[in-house]
Amino acid sequence: MLRFLLGRFGLLIPTFLGVTLVAFSFIRLLPGDPAELLAGERGISPERKAEVMAQLGFDKPYWQQYIDYVLGIFQGDLGISFASKKPVLDEFLTLFPATAELALCAIILAVCIGIPAGIFAAVKRGSFWDQTIMGTALVGYSMPIFWWGLLLIILFSGILQWTPVSGRISLLYFFPQVTGFMLIDSLLSGQKGAFLSAVQHLILPSIVLATIPLAVIARQTRSAMLEVLGEDYVRTAKAKGLGPSRVVGMHALRNALIPVITTIGLQVGVLLAGAILTETIFSWPGIGKWLVDSISRRDYFVVQGGLLLIAGIIMMVNLIVDLLYGLVNPRIRHH
Amino acid sequence: MTNSSPATKADATKLEQESRNATKAQLAEFWYYFSQNKGAVIGLVVFALLVFMAVFAPLIAPHDPDFQYRDSFLVPPVWQDGGKVAFLLGTDAVGRDILSRLIFGAQFSLFIGVVVVTIALTGGIVIGLVAGYMRGTVDTFIMRVMDVILAFPSLLLALVLVAILGPGLMNAMIAIAIVLQPHFVRLTRAAVLAERSRDYVIAAKVAGAGHLRLMFKTILPNCLAPLIVQATLSFSNAILDAAALGFLGMGAQPPTPEWGTMLAEAREFILRAWWVVTFPGLAILITVLAINLVGDGLRDALDPKLKRS
Repeated sequence: MLRFLLGRFGLLIPTFLGVTLVAFSFIRLLPGDPAELLAGERGISPERKAEVMAQLGFDKPYWQQYIDYVLGIFQGDLGISFASKKPVLDEFLTLFPATAELALCAIILAVCIGIPAGIFAAVKRGSFWDQTIMGTALVGYSMPIFWWGLLLIILFSGILQWTPVSGRISLLYFFPQVTGFMLIDSLLSGQKGAFLSAVQHLILPSIVLATIPLAVIARQTRSAMLEVLGEDYVRTAKAKGLGPSRVVGMHALRNALIPVITTIGLQVGVLLAGAILTETIFSWPGIGKWLVDSISRRDYFVVQGGLLLIAGIIMMVNLIVDLLYGLVNPRIRHH
Repeated sequence: MTNSSPATKADATKLEQESRNATKAQLAEFWYYFSQNKGAVIGLVVFALLVFMAVFAPLIAPHDPDFQYRDSFLVPPVWQDGGKVAFLLGTDAVGRDILSRLIFGAQFSLFIGVVVVTIALTGGIVIGLVAGYMRGTVDTFIMRVMDVILAFPSLLLALVLVAILGPGLMNAMIAIAIVLQPHFVRLTRAAVLAERSRDYVIAAKVAGAGHLRLMFKTILPNCLAPLIVQATLSFSNAILDAAALGFLGMGAQPPTPEWGTMLAEAREFILRAWWVVTFPGLAILITVLAINLVGDGLRDALDPKLKRS
């Protein structure tokens, strides 16, 4: 197991270096004068330019800049945002809980609906229900989620007025951030109605963000179940006289879930990409909106840092999924 | 050693005829399995209609997509109170006919799909073939580069690439193609690895076929099935991603009647004029859904494992 673990970790090193190289090159590939771009000042004098370049370390040769950059990363130095003048990492850490809360709610929603729907469709293969579920899943999979979000706003915020249009909680409530998760913090604050307000704000963005992962998980669960339901051991279980719920629940599901775990892991990338759109629509103060805003206000150290951190998160989650997969499936571990 | 006796010639003609018949039979078999999937056929019909709409947009569209009717701002669709027959799906905030813009928008979406898939597919096939065929350091290097691209969420990477290249439809397409390419590289490489040690490849090699011939004429045609399915899925992904970039202001720029850009322009009116938001998104959804239905049908028809079940 240790060899498997080290092997998987070893594979990550070149990818991580590649990711740092992409993030490093990003700022240097931008069109225009880097000093003007990064200092956020236009038409600067040559002296000021030299000063900025030296301050940023841009006067050194590329290889040395790259080494400095990578060493900086390990010390938590991802540069300074020139919009807020705060370190990029601090900003990221402040905003990340908002995205994490949204993404967690979305994935829980996707798993809790997607897996049962997939199982049901597989068990009732070819029936009306199977076709309806799979049809809906395909629509979800094809959904432009930024439009889906707008439609839900029109219906639930505009016409029915059940949910607020944007933000994480009503302005009426104010309490200190403890965990950064609004659902937990609102409960801890003890303020009446705060928790309900947080839920109301969270519900539409979660549905929007969950849409594609839910469709993918339902489709994957169905096909994994179908494959397993055709296996000999399932037939044996049936022949032994076990009831359908026991055959499906005990014998088939356990094995069918293995590929589904991988699919769920792969959804992290989908969620973070989806967060960019979802947070923009719902003005959700997370890292997705932060990055889009930073791109449009040319706050390039933020974009660079965000790229690196998001790729880092995806790589870590993929590693964890790989390890989990090895844990539940010994064939992979010994391969 | 040119032998052109009548018997050999007849043999050659017969062989040619047989191979033509075999291709025909393969196509017939493919169509049989494809048409079994009703959704796929519906998707194909819708897709054909969209292509028709895009090609004949200037003839079908009732209005110029960019013409602003100053007396008709935010006119609702014809069936709603205040609607006008001249504007079946209503007008937007500056008085442009939404239906005409949607019809012209089909041109952009299909164009985006075609260009992105062509770039990603060509690049992916060449790189994947090289990786799978060469193996060793070249392979390792290529695959690590692809891992790096895949480590980023596709939309984020596309956004960043557009920030480097500058906003605009062409740059958005290039960015999306780069982001989608690794899937083709991986698929091609996997298929090449499976095929390269098969007897027919070794036979071709022994017969003196060069590297390029082996790669492109011997191996490639036998790896096409998964690539076709992936190309279909990438086609719909490209349309979705381009619309998302347009929505974020980094894709096609106004007043282009690109569906995502139309949605971005319509955002501020969502609570006042539902139609400006609803129809462009519906157009995206229908297009992407039709292509995905076709993709599912192609997978069923081309995957021998599924055929048997």
